[in-house]
Amino acid sequence: MADGRKEPKSKYTLDRGMPGAFEGETVTRRRFMELTAHGAGAVAVSAFALPALGFAAGSALFDRPPVEWQPVGPEDAFEEDTYLPRTITEVAGIGQVGRTTIYVRKRNADDPPPNPPGIDEPYVALSTRCMHLGCPVRYIDAAKRFVCPCHGGVYDFLGTVEGGPPVRPLDRFYTRVTDGQVEIGARYSVNSEFRRFPSYRDPAQDLDGVGQYLYPGRFSTPKMD
Amino acid sequence: MKLPLPPLPAALKPKPKRPAEEAVKPIDQVKEAGIATVDWIDERTSLSGATRWILFRKVPRGTNWFYTLGSATLFAFLSQAVTGVFLAMYYDPSVTNAYESARHITNDVFLGEFVRGMHKWGSTVMVILVCLHMARVFFFGAYKYPRELNWVIGVVLLILTFVMSFTGYLLPFDQRSYWATIVGVNINGTGPIVGPFLSDFLRGGAEFGSTTLSRFYAIHMLLLPGAIIALIGAHLYLVTRLGTTAPPWLKAESGDGIREERV
Repeated sequence: MADGRKEPKSKYTLDRGMPGAFEGETVTRRRFMELTAHGAGAVAVSAFALPALGFAAGSALFDRPPVEWQPVGPEDAFEEDTYLPRTITEVAGIGQVGRTTIYVRKRNADDPPPNPPGIDEPYVALSTRCMHLGCPVRYIDAAKRFVCPCHGGVYDFLGTVEGGPPVRPLDRFYTRVTDGQVEIGARYSVNSEFRRFPSYRDPAQDLDGVGQYLYPGRFSTPKMD
Repeated sequence: MKLPLPPLPAALKPKPKRPAEEAVKPIDQVKEAGIATVDWIDERTSLSGATRWILFRKVPRGTNWFYTLGSATLFAFLSQAVTGVFLAMYYDPSVTNAYESARHITNDVFLGEFVRGMHKWGSTVMVILVCLHMARVFFFGAYKYPRELNWVIGVVLLILTFVMSFTGYLLPFDQRSYWATIVGVNINGTGPIVGPFLSDFLRGGAEFGSTTLSRFYAIHMLLLPGAIIALIGAHLYLVTRLGTTAPPWLKAESGDGIREERV
């Protein structure tokens, strides 16, 4: 070809002047062996590496632990204007480590309406997990506030942030009444407008504005029976 | 120093040895056996060349005590590795027994408090030494061409050291470990998009559970030490291959004339 353009190479090894080339061959035997050996090696490595990775990450990311409704006391034990501490089992089978404290009270007129209706109608159960980085908050009745010991997060009576670094109101738990007993179900998160996020987020994950898209829900959301 | 001989009569003086009759002493035999063994290995591996290459390097003028910080970090790592291996002989990474086994190491096992203390304080020492070593390299300009790759490896080693500290902090399984790990995992979770899944991966689920502890234990004592040892090997190889730098306060020698050096 003219103008110094390179002539395209022939696809046949014979035409490219390779030593020992066969008629009609497009890949040399050496190249073929290389590809085969590398391919076999890749298959062998993936055969143990991929299952191992799946084993390490799969159940951690995708297992949905079952949630059992746990009774925390008779209906008339709880009041409208103060919280009572109760402990429930959050992770079964690991003794004291799996237990956590929650605060329970009757729903009152100040509360935002349940959204959607039917959720937590009669009772409100707040988690003690601080929404800054997960330390345990304590309810102080004289101040009607929740205070975190780690970095000074303060929440008001409804659980909304009043001061300090937390990014959203305290998580809540589903509640229901069975045979006169208040029962506690799965955890869920709310944003500052009390919009419900059934796939609860970890602390420090903002759920207002762009936050709800930056922190997608987890695949490991517990399954309610 | 040779002491003067006592004035003995000629008959009692020890006779000088004849060269042909010289007896082989046991100490010589032992020396000979040692040399023969080393020779036997060297003939089959050529290790002596590699040893010379690593140990008998030229170092620049002005090399000073700051250049020992890397070796000090290596020593701290070796100390952590040895004490860690022996702590693992008594430690039980289960949620119900971890605290009790750590207590048992400290209070009951002979020298347990010492070895656990070595591991605990050694981790802090190692982090401090790593940072001092990095500061030395930075202020001496030793990260510049052709040593950039070694700086990159060093940064990865720094991060792995921090991950080591983070995963090891949970293992005593007291209140401080537990809450510090919850806080640390939640900080991981603040990364946008991947954060929630990263914290699930670290915890082994949505909640802190029994898998969290065994997962941290496996990362702490199996995954990370292997990675750190491999990277230290690469780090040292590059140090040996590229040599060390002169301190920045030494001026480059002027190019006029050939300077003779006596070594």
